[in-house]
Amino acid sequence: MTVDASAPPTRGAVVPPQRGTMARRGSVFLSRHPRLRLSLLLGAPLFWLGLVYIAALAALLITALWTVDSFTGQISQTWTLDNIAAVLTGSLYQTVTLRTVGVALLVTIIDIVIALPIAFYMAKVASPRAQRILVIAILMPLWASYLVKAYAWRSVLSQGGIFEWLVSPFGGHSPGYGLPATIITLSYLWLPYVILPIYAGLERVPDSLLEASGDLGGRTWSTLRLVVLPMIWPAIIAGSIFSFSLSLGDYITVNIVGGANQMLGNLVYTNVGAANNLPLAAAIAFIPILIIFAYLAAVRRTGALNNL
Amino acid sequence: MTGAQPAIRLTGLTKSFGSVKAVDGVDLDIGEGEFFSMLGPSGSGKTTVLRLIAGFEQPSSGTISLFGQDVTDRAPFDRDVNTVFQDYALFPHMSVLDNVAYGLRVRGVAKRARHQQARAALDTVRLGGFADRKPSQLSGGQRQRVALARATVVSPKVLLLDEPLGALDLKLREQMQVELKELQRTLGITFIFVTHDQQEALTLSDRIAVFNEGRIEQLGTPAEIYERPASPFVAAFVGTSNIFDDNISQALLGRSGVHSVRPEKISVTTENLPLVADRVAAGVLAEVIYIGSSTQLIVDLDAGSRVVVLEQNDAHRVATKNRGARVTVGWNDSDIVTLAASSLVSRP
Repeated sequence: MTVDASAPPTRGAVVPPQRGTMARRGSVFLSRHPRLRLSLLLGAPLFWLGLVYIAALAALLITALWTVDSFTGQISQTWTLDNIAAVLTGSLYQTVTLRTVGVALLVTIIDIVIALPIAFYMAKVASPRAQRILVIAILMPLWASYLVKAYAWRSVLSQGGIFEWLVSPFGGHSPGYGLPATIITLSYLWLPYVILPIYAGLERVPDSLLEASGDLGGRTWSTLRLVVLPMIWPAIIAGSIFSFSLSLGDYITVNIVGGANQMLGNLVYTNVGAANNLPLAAAIAFIPILIIFAYLAAVRRTGALNNL
Repeated sequence: MTGAQPAIRLTGLTKSFGSVKAVDGVDLDIGEGEFFSMLGPSGSGKTTVLRLIAGFEQPSSGTISLFGQDVTDRAPFDRDVNTVFQDYALFPHMSVLDNVAYGLRVRGVAKRARHQQARAALDTVRLGGFADRKPSQLSGGQRQRVALARATVVSPKVLLLDEPLGALDLKLREQMQVELKELQRTLGITFIFVTHDQQEALTLSDRIAVFNEGRIEQLGTPAEIYERPASPFVAAFVGTSNIFDDNISQALLGRSGVHSVRPEKISVTTENLPLVADRVAAGVLAEVIYIGSSTQLIVDLDAGSRVVVLEQNDAHRVATKNRGARVTVGWNDSDIVTLAASSLVSRP
């Protein structure tokens, strides 16, 4: 490269010199202090998590250890384990807990069974155009109100409703309102949350792996069992966490289509409202939280969370 | 080629994707134990032919026979051919040993037996110590060898290799070429090797099919393909060629038609010095490019064409020529190849 010394310096004309503004000094300071930069960046989310999540949980725990003055209905801040003991030993709570866990498990299994073929079709069979349309079709129910969908199922499952009209020619009849209706409705409500992670997981399985399996002699079933399922296992777990935890806490659907049946959410709701026993409600609310923690711990042991 | 039945016979094989004909009427016999290469630029249809043989795609028309048996309608898992994929397609959640044993596992071979065979296969590709690793813990060349072991452990009659060396660096590629050739000799089975690297095809193959626009442009041994290219496309794609069109041919060779001559078949000397050759032509040295073992000289002929000359940098080499110097080039008639002009014109 040759340099012409007589040429006037043109650099300043193109790039204005940097001035020592406050913003610039701040940037320089931050770039020299990576730890400060990191804590400023993490501050907001950590504060949010601490206040909204951890603090709320702590408040719940503390409330569960208080009691209600049966005469005035005021919360009295005297420490007691009575609520916890009542929840642990009361046969009502045990029955409802088992029922709730059963419903949540069934909903999760039904959703996975329905989601797997749909997600597989979307990820591996459908044309790119059909794929986009299907993703929108799956997301569409999420744009409608939860209540509208639950009431829609109430109407579908009612006496003389669409369901009955559909199955009566084959000798079937509507399950009516009760636990089966609750399971059907919850499965419908949480299905998109299960399809989408499984679809995303299948998208990440290269087609060449399916071809390689077939090439080596693997028939469809072997390929699914030995190659596809192990690879999308984390995605299935992710989807199951959605459907399981959402079912566990639900109390509206069971109110609308569940007949006289109660789930844990209903017990919490009645104790907050009609019974006006906030400490007992808090103690009951710990049951689904503990179940979810146990579920996550069990899932963690399978290693499925490592690849999320 | 051995007698009775070819390992693979393709008849009138055609594959269309929408309005595009990826493979357009390919007829081909590949012999038992042959190292056969399908060479061509990307989009020439060579990979599609391989995928048709493997069964990943269904032909639009035509048939595929494997040792005399029509396998056109059979699923990939019902064909005695195995594939080494371009991206290796190793199962990421399985150990190297389980990857290699996969083909035996789906055939119902018991665990102990299949692990034993898989270990033996890993030993043949010198990866015995890597059985318990995951594919992600291996280098590119090691994954390549795992893919080879996995495809050969189920003793296929034909091994299909889809640009298997494409992702490796030059040194490793050359080393793997030697290993592939040795493996093919040891196993004694047919290898069908897809590549766009003409050097690789020339080095490895017993026979080569040069593909262009879904058709076989030329079929022959490496020497035939290189020394006697059948069309301007082959002459230009395989190695470097000086191609003379009709006008130049008449001026230089005294005959009509399209001709080609390889750069190393042309000798060059300073003007006025004697040159032993059937035909000579005068020109100006336009460029001198030193490439190690040889030097490439580009000469602008007075007749109006530009030729590339390759001169070995051996002991007998004459003094360096300077750009702009007047030179004489010459060649023998026996090194001139007449090309079929037809394929210069694109088909309707």
